[in-house]
Amino acid sequence: MTGADRPDATHPPSPVAAVDHGAAGAEVAGPAFTPGAVPVLSAGGQHRELREMLYFALRDKRILVGATIILLFVAIGIAGPVIDQQDPLAYVGPLSAPPSAAWWFGTTTFGQDVFAQFANGLQSTFIVGLLGGGLAAVIGISVGFVAGYKGGYVDEILNLVTNVILVIPTLAVLIVFAAYLQARGVIIEAVFIGLTSWPWAARAIRAQTFSLRAREFVDLASLSGMSSWKIIFQEIAPNMGSYLFMTFILLFGGAVLIAATLDFIGLGPTDGISLGTMMNNAVLWSALQLGMWWWFIPPGLGITAIVGSLYVMNVGLDEIFNPKLRDI
Amino acid sequence: MRRYFARKFVIYIVTFWVAVTLDWMIPRFMPGNPVDGMLARMSLQPEAANTMMGYFLSAFGLDKPIWQQYLNFWSALFHGDLGISVWLFPQPVLSIILNAVWYTIALLAPAIILSWITGNWFGAWVARRKRLDNSVLPIGYILTATPYMWLGILLAWLFGSVLVILPLSGAYSYGMSPSLTWDFFASAFSHWLLPFLSLYLVMFGGWAIGMRNMIIYELESDYSHYLEALGAPQSLVRRYAYQNALLPQLTGLALALGVIVAGALVTEVVFGYPGLGYLVLQAIQNEDYFLLQGVFLFVIIGVLLANFIIDIVYVAVDPRTRIGMTGGNR
Repeated sequence: MTGADRPDATHPPSPVAAVDHGAAGAEVAGPAFTPGAVPVLSAGGQHRELREMLYFALRDKRILVGATIILLFVAIGIAGPVIDQQDPLAYVGPLSAPPSAAWWFGTTTFGQDVFAQFANGLQSTFIVGLLGGGLAAVIGISVGFVAGYKGGYVDEILNLVTNVILVIPTLAVLIVFAAYLQARGVIIEAVFIGLTSWPWAARAIRAQTFSLRAREFVDLASLSGMSSWKIIFQEIAPNMGSYLFMTFILLFGGAVLIAATLDFIGLGPTDGISLGTMMNNAVLWSALQLGMWWWFIPPGLGITAIVGSLYVMNVGLDEIFNPKLRDI
Repeated sequence: MRRYFARKFVIYIVTFWVAVTLDWMIPRFMPGNPVDGMLARMSLQPEAANTMMGYFLSAFGLDKPIWQQYLNFWSALFHGDLGISVWLFPQPVLSIILNAVWYTIALLAPAIILSWITGNWFGAWVARRKRLDNSVLPIGYILTATPYMWLGILLAWLFGSVLVILPLSGAYSYGMSPSLTWDFFASAFSHWLLPFLSLYLVMFGGWAIGMRNMIIYELESDYSHYLEALGAPQSLVRRYAYQNALLPQLTGLALALGVIVAGALVTEVVFGYPGLGYLVLQAIQNEDYFLLQGVFLFVIIGVLLANFIIDIVYVAVDPRTRIGMTGGNR
């Protein structure tokens, strides 16, 4: 590591700790990425290995439960607005009604349907996660690959940039940017989040690339005259597939939490509803003091369940991709 | 060690410069002049408004060429002058922030330090102990996946609204003013408890899980197996694993600071706790960009300082930094 980071020489990238830097709620920590140990695929064994992974995946309770919960929320997010096609902000029902058969999640102080808001809010949550997490993954992975593979000055510069963004409290920057825009959509929010939450991923992937670069098959490829890009995408990336996928999952969860934070201080999408905005409204209109629990429990519960499931799934995936961790 | 600190120093300088420049750009490139909003609220006669406009523009230094504004900003910064608040005009931003920052520190410092220590300890204890691992771990994941403000909302609702044993908002009772009496301390403590708890719990979950994962990784590494093969007792192996796992956790703390600060800001909003988070909310709602700017600057400085402290602790804990092994010489 020629980079300017802390000396974690024998602790490879320590993504376990670095993980989730972007997550608004979940500081470090969470989710497991066990450093080191990237298994190298051999062409012939690939098919069998996939089958084996699937076998372990279907046996792993964490993956099953996590995936079920996520699919359930995806279903609500898609089906909800289709079944009842009304504006989630429209004043349609009785004021401050608790949950009932007619109003599944009750209504707000103004008679808005909380379930309609929840279902629509789930949509924004998934959009922010996919787009924000995806963008952050693309940037983080590219920077990590280039810095790790090229080394030298390129590495030094990319590292400096990464470290600077890592140290700046990016949420403060986001607050400032969001306050700057008068009209904000979910997409713009997601792009902002994606642009600021990639550094820890870049660092983790850089360290992994670093260790793969020294392998014989990479030397062979570069001796045979393959271009750097080709080596990165054809030789290095396939061997880190699982790692990259888990990085995306963590960035997804992080983006969701950051969006919730932004929305909660009133900087969410101005043209729609999100789970964070729901909580903001609930607090703003004294749902706490009035005991209107149906207003603020569903949105937070939705976020926690989605992000928690992602994290738990990630631990399961980690064990599947990394047989050393399986305890059988 | 000198190389290590030299690198760190460069990062700090560049970060500070980038952050301050971003910070300077906020009110200048914001659509709608902040002064317009302030004048609109004063609802003056048109002629008077023009005069006032000129007065305010020069009072905020917005009538100079842009490069000069930038230089002035830096020089004012080093003189501790952060401008004047629009929301609480004509109070200086610095004094508003200095009144609020202690509340944020009082919440954050204990929450970070206690959660880091207890979370690490707990995670290490749980790791590779089947029963505990399976029952406690999901709780950790749920905690770390919880948005800070939601846990705050739940706690406030449960203890403040349903059970009515702790106050819902504020830093002390409305009838009181800060003084050195027991009554005041008791009141301040009861107002501090819930926001502290919601920050502490979310962070605790994160550290516990991070440590648990690190310990498992360390227990699988060669030195652990070697120790075991030599017949070392399990407790000794675990102690070595713990010490090795602490370093990445320390790095993790440095990385997480920005997020933690953001968490504290929203927690303060939930509890109406008069710290920096509350100021951010007010600044946004009142379009007081100078205040936003000032708070942002304080957050940056705070995070950089905390990072610096962690760097020093790191050198004290990890001998490799002292002998010049700046990592990665594989």
